[in-house]
Amino acid sequence: MATVQKDRSMQLQKDMIAEHFELLAHAEENHTPVVYTFVPGNLTELIRSFGALPVLPEINALQSGMRKQSADYIAEAERIGHSEDVCTYVKCDIGMMRTGNIGPAGTKLPKPDLLLLSYTGCYTFMKWFELLREEYQCPAVMFHVPYQGDGEMEPAHREYMIKQLKEQVIPALEKATGRAYDEEKLRYHLELSAKVEDDLVAVLQAGKLVPSPIEGYFGTVYYVGPIFSAFRGTEGGVEYYRALREEIEERAALGLGPVTPDGPLNDQKYRLVVEGPPNWTSFRDFWKIFYDEGAVAVASTYTKVGGLYDQGFRHDPSRPLETLADYCLGCYTNLSLPSRIDLIAKYIREYAADGFVIHSVKSCNSFSAGQLHMLRELERISGVPGCFLESDLVDSRYYGQANLKNRVESYLQMLDSRMRGERNVPTPPSKPDRVALKVAP
Amino acid sequence: MPGPAKGTRQPPSRAAIVEQVRELYDDLDFSSVRRWLAEHPTWKAAGYLPVYAPRELLHACGFLPIGIHGAGDRLEIIRGDAFYQSYICHLPRSVIEMAQSGRLDMLSAVLFPSTCDVIRNLSGIWKLLYPAVYVRYVDVPQGAKSEEAISFWENELQRLVDDLGALSGRRPTEADLRASVDLYNRVRAMIRRLYQLRQERPWDLPTEELYLLLRAGEMVPPEDFLTLAEDYLGAVAADPRRQRDNSRVVIAGAFCEQPPLGLIKSIERTGCYIVDDDFLLGNRFLTHDVSLEGNPIRTLAEAFVQNDLCSSVLYEIKPTGKKETMRDRAAACRADGIIFATASFCDPALLDQPMLRAGAEEAGIPCIAFKYAENTGQFQQFREQAGTFSDSIKLWGAS
Repeated sequence: MATVQKDRSMQLQKDMIAEHFELLAHAEENHTPVVYTFVPGNLTELIRSFGALPVLPEINALQSGMRKQSADYIAEAERIGHSEDVCTYVKCDIGMMRTGNIGPAGTKLPKPDLLLLSYTGCYTFMKWFELLREEYQCPAVMFHVPYQGDGEMEPAHREYMIKQLKEQVIPALEKATGRAYDEEKLRYHLELSAKVEDDLVAVLQAGKLVPSPIEGYFGTVYYVGPIFSAFRGTEGGVEYYRALREEIEERAALGLGPVTPDGPLNDQKYRLVVEGPPNWTSFRDFWKIFYDEGAVAVASTYTKVGGLYDQGFRHDPSRPLETLADYCLGCYTNLSLPSRIDLIAKYIREYAADGFVIHSVKSCNSFSAGQLHMLRELERISGVPGCFLESDLVDSRYYGQANLKNRVESYLQMLDSRMRGERNVPTPPSKPDRVALKVAP
Repeated sequence: MPGPAKGTRQPPSRAAIVEQVRELYDDLDFSSVRRWLAEHPTWKAAGYLPVYAPRELLHACGFLPIGIHGAGDRLEIIRGDAFYQSYICHLPRSVIEMAQSGRLDMLSAVLFPSTCDVIRNLSGIWKLLYPAVYVRYVDVPQGAKSEEAISFWENELQRLVDDLGALSGRRPTEADLRASVDLYNRVRAMIRRLYQLRQERPWDLPTEELYLLLRAGEMVPPEDFLTLAEDYLGAVAADPRRQRDNSRVVIAGAFCEQPPLGLIKSIERTGCYIVDDDFLLGNRFLTHDVSLEGNPIRTLAEAFVQNDLCSSVLYEIKPTGKKETMRDRAAACRADGIIFATASFCDPALLDQPMLRAGAEEAGIPCIAFKYAENTGQFQQFREQAGTFSDSIKLWGAS
């Protein structure tokens, strides 16, 4: 069995996460308040400004999936009456809680002092925290983020959100933490966030290079881990993303591809854009289907659920509450179907993709409902063919390796014959010692 | 024998009314709506999906509000299945099927309420498929009963009125809006009356008939529904039925994708009186009259935010709310048991169910649960389950 190769940044991240879970394990004895929230629309800077630690249940669920623990957790949740039809993240989380609440790092997760329900583009979030409120018997606060059904942010929606922050969310945080709102602290964290976001965007946009020095879906899942979870707006986050950016710049300068579990992917035959979250229970096997064939994802939508920074958004410390509202409104999960199609078509164009893959997961109607029409629309708009795959987030019963492999290979064979003689991708830049990655306006 | 006095109308029989509303239910081409539009050329039609849509505003802007509840078991789905994976509920397939086959081409506008992510995303599909139709995702306020929630919703409603008024050319005055609110207050009051009567005398007012009447109410002008409902109440009074020793049950969870009529009939025929349900819940979403004092858009917004309905499509503010809901509902209608009848893959209902059921069972209320799809054609398993449930309540309920 081949030894798994890891990027340097992956080790850095591993240490950061271990430290975070250690802090969580001792939160109660250290009197550190804990706030549970979701990745899309997470208000990490605000939570941090109250000295609280964030816990992201989706991250715990996906980690359980990767560690092959989710099947037992889901079984436990279904045993107590949760339907087989609903989101497996929810069931995984509830099953984990019911069986001791041991988190991904092997330490016990603390109970929440507050459930901060940032309702950003996923209906299930609402039910998930209603369920957790029953389980933990703790306070919860709803932060309603209006959906961008018409494809634009409306000023009235921003105002509504700012009022909710002032009248509902901040008072709930004050009560849960016993600390007063401190806008200067919030500004401090927001300033760090903007730095983190600059570096992340530079990394994401490296996918435009040929060969791509990043894997914009499977590999980038690791890159977005810190910013999706607890480290946006922190010194640790700034350090990690600075290091990551330098690492990608070095790789780009050397004309190297990303590092996969089986080594670097330098020979890149197919450039793909991917829509939808990955499967976590067989993450590496799923990835392997692609890199074995020389396929690299150059951009993806899942890596934008925690914020569309590559489209220009930055947290702005000069307007703290407004910027939090804008951030939530603009998350990928909060975009209308036509806006999602436009964004993917843009990625296909700007990242010179040969094709696109839609990975549809049973658990997530927010993503999945409408994806078959997205496939048709994207093919029509972009002129490149798409591949439609189905499995699930953390329920291994819905993951079929042979079926997926067969589909992907057939798709790539079709792409191969289509691409002969008509490939049109940007030529790589001249090779200086190091490529300075620029953030597109 | 003298005939009826000149100018008076012979009240229709129960059978005649039921036949009329059944025809409307079966009419997937919306012929009656098309006829009505032809006779009223200054009006347009606007569809809305489940659960809650502010129908009075559609009406005030010159739109006949039409409930889009799918095609049930009466339409073969061919095109609709090309839009949805197997793990997504059936409702959007049949709605797409109806639209793609031209059955909904009389609609100038369609509202997609914030019921779930499937209906939300269907609004996006609609925008792409039918760019000439006005499409609006109706994002209701969630959370605290606060001034900011009222202002948000008032702003959304005002936007809707502005858009629809521009589309129809009928920009409603405050008096127009108030008149429509008043009309729909009367509709809501009538539905409350029907539900109250069914609760008191379910043998006289079978749910199959009530359901068909309410479905008709979402396809005809509100004034016509009021007449139809009055006639029906008169016919029920003139045609009393014998009380049976049935169990009284609440059917919970069927608020969006509607069960096939055969399923409702099956439950009633296995010894259950349905004394409360979630069918066509949008009709009863506002539990009280909307005030006619002040700005009607504002008062409608206030009525929604201050409403006391517990629903799976709204965030439950009260920490104990979920557990109390079914206990309170069962007590209010003196139900012996609860049947959780839920559409397959219905996130709102299925995610809520463990909380609702736990609350009911903690209160000692017997429960069963099953899933259906709107096109379910076999009812034997439901009959057996509901029949056994009813028998067990009768045998063991008092012990």
